[in-house]
Amino acid sequence: MKRYSVFAIAREALRYHQGWERAWRSPAPKAAYDAIIVGAGGHGLATAYYLGKNFGITNVAVIEKGWLGGGNTGRNTTIIRSNYLQDPSAAIYNKALSLYEDLSQDLNYNVMFSPRGLLMLAQTHHEVRGYLRTVHANNLQGVKTEWIGPERVKELVPIINIDGPRYPVLGALYQARGGTARHDAVAWGYARACSAMGMDILQQTEVTGVRSENGQVTGVETSRGFIGCKKLGMVVAGHSGQLAEMAGFRLPVESLALQALVSEPIKPCMDVVVMANTVHGYMSQSDKGEMVIGGGTDGFNNFTQRGSFHHIEETLRALVETFPMISRLKMLRQWGGIVDMTGDRSPIISKTPLGNCFINCGWGTGGFKAIPGSGWAMAELMAKGEPGPLAAEFNMWRFREGQFIDESVAAGVAH
Amino acid sequence: MLLLECPYCGVKAEETELTAGGEAHLKRFGPGSSGEEFEAYMFARKNPKGVHFERWRHAYGCGKWFLAARCTATLEVFGTYPAQTTEPPADLVEKIKAKRPDWKGTK
Ligand SMILES: Cc1cc2nc3c(=O)[nH]c(=O)nc-3n(C[C@H](O)[C@H](O)[C@H](O)COP(=O)(O)OP(=O)(O)OC[C@H]3O[C@@H](n4cnc5c(N)ncnc54)[C@H](O)[C@@H]3O)c2cc1C
Ligand SMILES: [Zn+2]
Repeated sequence: MKRYSVFAIAREALRYHQGWERAWRSPAPKAAYDAIIVGAGGHGLATAYYLGKNFGITNVAVIEKGWLGGGNTGRNTTIIRSNYLQDPSAAIYNKALSLYEDLSQDLNYNVMFSPRGLLMLAQTHHEVRGYLRTVHANNLQGVKTEWIGPERVKELVPIINIDGPRYPVLGALYQARGGTARHDAVAWGYARACSAMGMDILQQTEVTGVRSENGQVTGVETSRGFIGCKKLGMVVAGHSGQLAEMAGFRLPVESLALQALVSEPIKPCMDVVVMANTVHGYMSQSDKGEMVIGGGTDGFNNFTQRGSFHHIEETLRALVETFPMISRLKMLRQWGGIVDMTGDRSPIISKTPLGNCFINCGWGTGGFKAIPGSGWAMAELMAKGEPGPLAAEFNMWRFREGQFIDESVAAGVAH
Repeated sequence: MLLLECPYCGVKAEETELTAGGEAHLKRFGPGSSGEEFEAYMFARKNPKGVHFERWRHAYGCGKWFLAARCTATLEVFGTYPAQTTEPPADLVEKIKAKRPDWKGTK
């Protein structure tokens, strides 16, 4: 892999940019690998990367039915934060945030991480109490967040309407270290680094079956034939239930559509991320100037990557009250992704009923922010066969024991 | 746009008139059940990419719960039927089988 640098740009500028190489190889599948990861989204690619980087396991394939980063990783609204309520969440999301902070250097790929600050508005008294509780919890966890009043909100977000008739802004939970990153770049950066370590990223290759013997996986059936493996990691978000079914077990996960949309580009008007959970909408401004907008999930199981129109309408109605100036903006694009929801709205990073098969899923509406931390924890689980401290509590059996990591209250909205 | 016909009042209702209620025909477990049974009932929902049986409520109409067979991969609705039953009606099952020969049945 040729490193990207200012010298590389200068060198290429002098030779008509003829010398740039492809960011990753597109090899033919080998007969077998030490480890196979199914799903080349951010979480799958990060798992492969840390398998190589932290454990020296590089005979790895990442198998992707479409194109890498074409799932939720390339469809999300890129919010990054770590102000969760429960300790296990704070640990893994904060690990992810710390890794994001120097990911561009680590990968030699600009992921455009932008810690511009993030506000979660409190618009009811119930929310005020909830966020005060989260601030206290965060401070005990060593995650720096603060409670700010409406005047400070207005200072940070001049375009906001703090005294809306139905939902005035009563304050906000503020995490100055939160922000956004470029979603595609995260996938591409990890893919390039994995390929450079000699790993094979097999795009346009669908896993159609999981072969096992005596409770151990021996490999996967794919649209390009059988590929053997010593360890299998399933990291397929909305399709986790389908992969688990191929392997013969059921997950506590349901797949729903979550939508997002962007407006026409406008001049810079908001340099923080604002989430309004009561009214179910959130917004940030991309570097291109588009307002990036998201809301809640649709209500029914869905695999079509297409959501219902009335959800967009609800989200925009709420945001227009909060940000009156967006009322005349034209929306350019709208899309959906299939998110994997668990009962406690926390992810699963777990061993499975099959000895050498591991699963990472359930990130639902909020897993972009977790990509580096999740990959780190999943790589440790796959390499050692046992979860480390980051993953232990996210096992798939916690629902049986009632040991929920309940984030549905702390994060009432999709993000 | 999803259109479901309410089997009670016969209205073809658009989805904003309805509330989705998740998997149909659940067997309920209560006190005294094992951890596995309780987990399966509470959390391990069927999540098929294809034919799915669901509960819906005609929230802004007659207010009643009914059941529907729908394809989660195409959003095609196969049919709706009243909630007072423990399994889908035979004629609906036949209709689905004709349309989806690969379908493995209701279990
Ligand atoms: C509209 C929207 C907005 C969001 N906003 C945010 C946000 O602001 N902040 C945040 O933190 N999170 C957000 N999320 C959630 C975040 O996008 C996801 O949690 C995260 O991207 C999941 O990454 P992943 O790698 O697990 O899954 P994906 O990126 O979906 O990757 C899974 C891959 O597996 C592949 N696959 C599936 N089945 C097979 C098979 N049989 N064989 C081979 N490959 C297969 C898929 O093609 C896919 O590429 C949002 C999600 C959506 C949909
Ligand atoms: Zn009715």
